[in-house]
Amino acid sequence: MSSIGTGYDLSASQFSPDGRVFQVEYALKAVENSGTAVGIRGKDGVVFGVEKLVTSKLYEAGANKRLFNIDRHIGIATAGLMADSRAVVEIAREEASNYRYNYGLPIPLKNLTDRVSGYVHAHTLYSSVRPFGVSMILGSHTVEEGPQMYLIDPSGVSWGYHGCATGKAKQAAKTEIEKLKMKDMPIADLVKEVAKIIYIVHDEVKDKNFELELSWVGEVTGGKHELVPKNVYVEAEKFAKEALEESDDSDEEDL
Amino acid sequence: MEATFGSTEFWRNGPQPGALYKFPGHVNTTQASQIGAAKRTLAPTVTGTSVLGLCFDGGVIIAADMLGSYGALARYRNLSRVMKVNDSAAIGISGDYADYQFMKSVIEQRVIDEECLNDGFQYTPKSLFSWMTRVLYNRRSNFNPLWNTFIVGGVQDGEPFLGYIDKIGVAYNDPTIASGYGAYIAAPLLRDAFEANPKMSLAEAEKKIDECMKVLYYRDARSLNKYEVAIVTKDGTMIKSPIVSETNWEVAHMIKGYE
Repeated sequence: MSSIGTGYDLSASQFSPDGRVFQVEYALKAVENSGTAVGIRGKDGVVFGVEKLVTSKLYEAGANKRLFNIDRHIGIATAGLMADSRAVVEIAREEASNYRYNYGLPIPLKNLTDRVSGYVHAHTLYSSVRPFGVSMILGSHTVEEGPQMYLIDPSGVSWGYHGCATGKAKQAAKTEIEKLKMKDMPIADLVKEVAKIIYIVHDEVKDKNFELELSWVGEVTGGKHELVPKNVYVEAEKFAKEALEESDDSDEEDL
Repeated sequence: MEATFGSTEFWRNGPQPGALYKFPGHVNTTQASQIGAAKRTLAPTVTGTSVLGLCFDGGVIIAADMLGSYGALARYRNLSRVMKVNDSAAIGISGDYADYQFMKSVIEQRVIDEECLNDGFQYTPKSLFSWMTRVLYNRRSNFNPLWNTFIVGGVQDGEPFLGYIDKIGVAYNDPTIASGYGAYIAAPLLRDAFEANPKMSLAEAEKKIDECMKVLYYRDARSLNKYEVAIVTKDGTMIKSPIVSETNWEVAHMIKGYE
């Protein structure tokens, strides 16, 4: 890497001569080592899917979740360092709580994104701190705003999306998302597509075990962000596995 | 030149003709806040009157009328004084409405925090009650009480639970509870009803509560015949609102001697 040995990568508070902040780029690398997270914003809500890599068989099933509730109407899917995600999630919960205390209303997702991304960005400005090795997808559904989704990077930038992915296979996942007409799709259908995408982009050779995590927020959940119910999860996973087998079969025919 | 020597600017911070001179280090003791004196609520403002609570077979019912009194003035006639906490707990409040609104926002946030963890746990009526006793006792110990009486009710492990906490931290639980004026007027009625039939049905409990609310409306000058009830059973928490009691004042003209 061009940064090594130059001395410009020792602190997040210093530019390299060609205008880069290497510490932030390293943080992005940390995100790229993590299992993929996908978010899709449909016509009546937002769906999250996470490929949670399980590095040891000794873990309990369902340990170290990467989908979080922030407020009743907001959920976050994370990719990157687990401990960093939990720290930022805690900040997000505090901001949501603070907004509710001051205004007596649930925080609009745009406001929460601005506050959290400001916090993340502040960690790219000082030599005494390290940037967060996390990128996170925030989603909400409210009567006033409808479905909303944003992605925050370790650099502190945030953008609104109809579909986004982060983590190991984000490029492959984005290609899959682009095939969908998500703007016209209900989340009841999108949850299957999300499960399928996670199964498609999972690399069986490099990472053996993974758990699929699915959550949603939308009209069907009454504006509440929650993990999808058991029956929806089972159906989505079945759909994903069948789609994968079909494509495997057709691949063999081609050979 | 004369203007310069004559101006107050030249003698800044010095004694002024016709004014009191404040020596350096002087503290203005006329304002309490400046000497660090504490300010406390010495009387509630908008208040709610009695709350009634009654256990029945498999649940609890909590009732409170919808009047917000400003002293003796019937100021607000559509004020909610019962609150759903979650599917297993509800509360009813008497006393200062602003203090209740504060407590309500704190409880609601704690319920959301609990939901966020998504670990299958939530506030049980007993844990909520226990925590609220600590808050109220702590506040009174700092000479800054929350001017309320809280009636906490719910279902835990299939058993109905009903508890009372007041502004000085006094707390107890009982199958029948009444706060405020209701403690004098309605508590004996509820107690008799419960002792006669400890396993009463929801319908019987609702009827008894309506009877008591009616008696309170006749006797309590700070009450209203429009009220709400919170009902907690194993199936969840429900708020019924508003319920209007039928009243009969036909005999009122016969009462003499109080004019």
